[in-house]
Amino acid sequence: MSENNTTTLEPPPSGEDAPAEARRGGWRRMLGGSGARSLGLVIALALLVAVGAATSGSQFMSVNNMLTILSYGSILGVICIGMTFVITAGGIDLSVGSVMGLTTVVATLTSVQLAAQNSSWLLMVLVALAVGALAGLVNGTIIAYGNVVAFIATLAMLVAARGLAELISGRRTQIVTDRDFLAVLRSNVLGVPLLIWIFAVVAAVGWFLLNRTTFGRRTVAIGGNLEAARLAGIKVKRHIVWLYILSGLTAGIAGIMMMARTTAGTSTHGLYYELDAIAAVVVGGTLLVGGRGTIVGTVLGVLLFSTLTNVFTQNNLDTSVQAVTKGAIIVLAVLLQQRFAVRGTRRKGAL
Amino acid sequence: MSTASAAPTPVKPLLVVRNLSKSFAGVRALQGVDLEVLPGEVHCVLGQNGAGKSTLIKALSGVHQPDGGEIRWEGEPVDLASPTAALDLGIATMYQELDVVDGLNVTENIFLGHENARGGVLRVRDARQETRSLLQRLGHQELSPGTEVGSLSAAGKQIVSLARALSRNARLIIMDEPSAILDSGEVANLFRVIRQLTAQGIAIVYISHRLEEIDQIGSRITVIKDGRSTASSLPVKSVSRGDLVRLMTGRETTNVYPPREPVPAEAPVLLQVQDLGLAGSFQDISFSVRAGEILGLAGLVGSGRSEILETIYGARKASTGSVSVQGRQLRPGSVRAATNAGMGLSPEERKSQGLLLEEPIYKNATLSTFARFARRGLLNERAEKQAAREQATALHLTPADPDRPARTLSGGNQQKVLLARWLIHGTRILLLDEPTRGVDVGAKAEIYSLIRNLAAQGVAIVVVSSEIEEVIGLADRVLVLDAGRTLALRDATAIDEHGVLDLVLKGNAS
Repeated sequence: MSENNTTTLEPPPSGEDAPAEARRGGWRRMLGGSGARSLGLVIALALLVAVGAATSGSQFMSVNNMLTILSYGSILGVICIGMTFVITAGGIDLSVGSVMGLTTVVATLTSVQLAAQNSSWLLMVLVALAVGALAGLVNGTIIAYGNVVAFIATLAMLVAARGLAELISGRRTQIVTDRDFLAVLRSNVLGVPLLIWIFAVVAAVGWFLLNRTTFGRRTVAIGGNLEAARLAGIKVKRHIVWLYILSGLTAGIAGIMMMARTTAGTSTHGLYYELDAIAAVVVGGTLLVGGRGTIVGTVLGVLLFSTLTNVFTQNNLDTSVQAVTKGAIIVLAVLLQQRFAVRGTRRKGAL
Repeated sequence: MSTASAAPTPVKPLLVVRNLSKSFAGVRALQGVDLEVLPGEVHCVLGQNGAGKSTLIKALSGVHQPDGGEIRWEGEPVDLASPTAALDLGIATMYQELDVVDGLNVTENIFLGHENARGGVLRVRDARQETRSLLQRLGHQELSPGTEVGSLSAAGKQIVSLARALSRNARLIIMDEPSAILDSGEVANLFRVIRQLTAQGIAIVYISHRLEEIDQIGSRITVIKDGRSTASSLPVKSVSRGDLVRLMTGRETTNVYPPREPVPAEAPVLLQVQDLGLAGSFQDISFSVRAGEILGLAGLVGSGRSEILETIYGARKASTGSVSVQGRQLRPGSVRAATNAGMGLSPEERKSQGLLLEEPIYKNATLSTFARFARRGLLNERAEKQAAREQATALHLTPADPDRPARTLSGGNQQKVLLARWLIHGTRILLLDEPTRGVDVGAKAEIYSLIRNLAAQGVAIVVVSSEIEEVIGLADRVLVLDAGRTLALRDATAIDEHGVLDLVLKGNAS
């Protein structure tokens, strides 16, 4: 029956629409192929900024406060970039928060910090990245080759990585003693904290990877139709492993940023980050069922949440109220997206 | 052999269907079906795939509402507005994909939707008691009411489905190809159950295309072809097998198939399949296909046609035998090895196995090759679009706009996108599973000539279709299959639709 329906969907030729489509194509592609949805987010963000400006005036609008909002969001933001890839491919990574905690614990071990002092602060960075990537490799292998549902495999990692971090650290907070590490990562570049730059670079690389490379195309193909991708000769399993490694790597980068900001490594770093990350990615417009992902949307989603937190803090509002508002925003954003998505579909069909 | 009407019968008919018609989006699935069912008879409905049997079943079970004609139940005109309405009258349907819930036990399945409860509390003991008596009526008291249905065989599930029909006080049970999922011992048992039911006055509408079963179990026959009943309520004893085959298939052969060019004798063998087997599906399949040749696999549902293609392609891992391309053996179970060797598959389910529906045509067309267009991992979308546009033009894909989402295309054009994918890939061996499923009649002829053209350019093609006529019309040679075994390998000119059906029927009987 559905076959019959598609027969009738045969669209009429669209002579004069084509150039307009091409003209619009430029900026729409910039927004990750989902202009309307990202536009909705920009409007929501603008509204929130207006609320902030109205309630706390010049203090909210100051450059300093803007940088605060950005650096608050930058750590979660980096995790969200990896999460965007995983979700675009139809997967989920619940372990990002605790993997991030684990990376901070391992990188701040006395032995690692000693070795770093004798060589370079970069050793701590490498250790954090390696731990993140390894956790991702384990996740990906279990999911792709063990045929375990991503939700379960990464839920197990969420629990296990947190436990491992507690075991290793003895639940004690480990202070970062390496001065070079702190000096570099807590510095400002052109008046902007390095953490924000890191987020910007990760987001830019992520955008490029998703939209311009074969890696990105495979990711979208697997999320859009795994069986079709497999039958087209794409090495689906191997790619899935790479996706979780990527997610683990971003958790490692976030861990490095967290150590820099808090000057400590502890097993409680990154608690509930997985939920915030999934919320930001989905609010940003990446489809939870896979097949469509937008880095720009994810960045906007992250900014939306960190601005919200800032507005609440500026007005000395209770964090519980904030949580309720967050929940409402998630539902609202997704409801709005669905309307946009439906409209977009109709429009495309009608062209 | 025009419509033969039944002689007046002393028994009052239970169900009378007159001139039933039903269209979907302009396509006429039924256009004048007559059917008369008496209490206690097994009325067989025969027809090929796509003849309209499923639509008829759905109209009788209240799933689809007919556009025209009338349905009478015990002489009264009735409106089967919903499945519940049909069930309330006493019409139950046993679908091929049995509608039992694996996670529930036998009793729970039987009373699903009409649970034996008082004030919302289930009366488990009563239900079990009733289940036991229902199973006894079916002669299957060995089934325990507490057994989880998921642990039963297909035959066991059918019994549960029948018991459910009885629990609803069904007086007419429609069985949609019940034997398709059973082995011969189980079929014999099913027939025993059917006889038990008819002895209790229950009427059975038995859908099948296996003629020898009808001889065994049927009382009368109605034949459907192209949505029309070509014969209605013929007594089984009065018609020969040959007559039935003609009634089922006797369409005038329209000239939609392009002429075959003889395959040059010096054409090299591209694909060699040797003793290929997949446990539980097919065994000992051997054939070779030369450049420019089209080999067709013909057989009924369950013959293993699609599984063979998918195994050759590496999407399933063969348990025995080998696949070689130009003499080089492929690693079993590796799609990558197959595509690298120049093989391409257009899968049976275009939408779920072939296409990224939300993505534009060009990304679908280059799904196997985008990495080849890329340089150091960087996509070259311009080159991809160019290649897609060229193929779209060559294949007369309309519209030839590479940016259009695949979802908006008709079935025929979606098929062309898949062909484009493998043409861009440079495929030398093309495996086509149901290339014209969901494709309208006009576009079918176009797809046929495209396939023929590809062969003429030296591509070796293996084609599978549930329409036997299509396989024979398109292929140079035909491999006839049944239940995963080779029955015959013939030149397409040396066999016709009747011949294939005959072979399959004989194969089944043995």
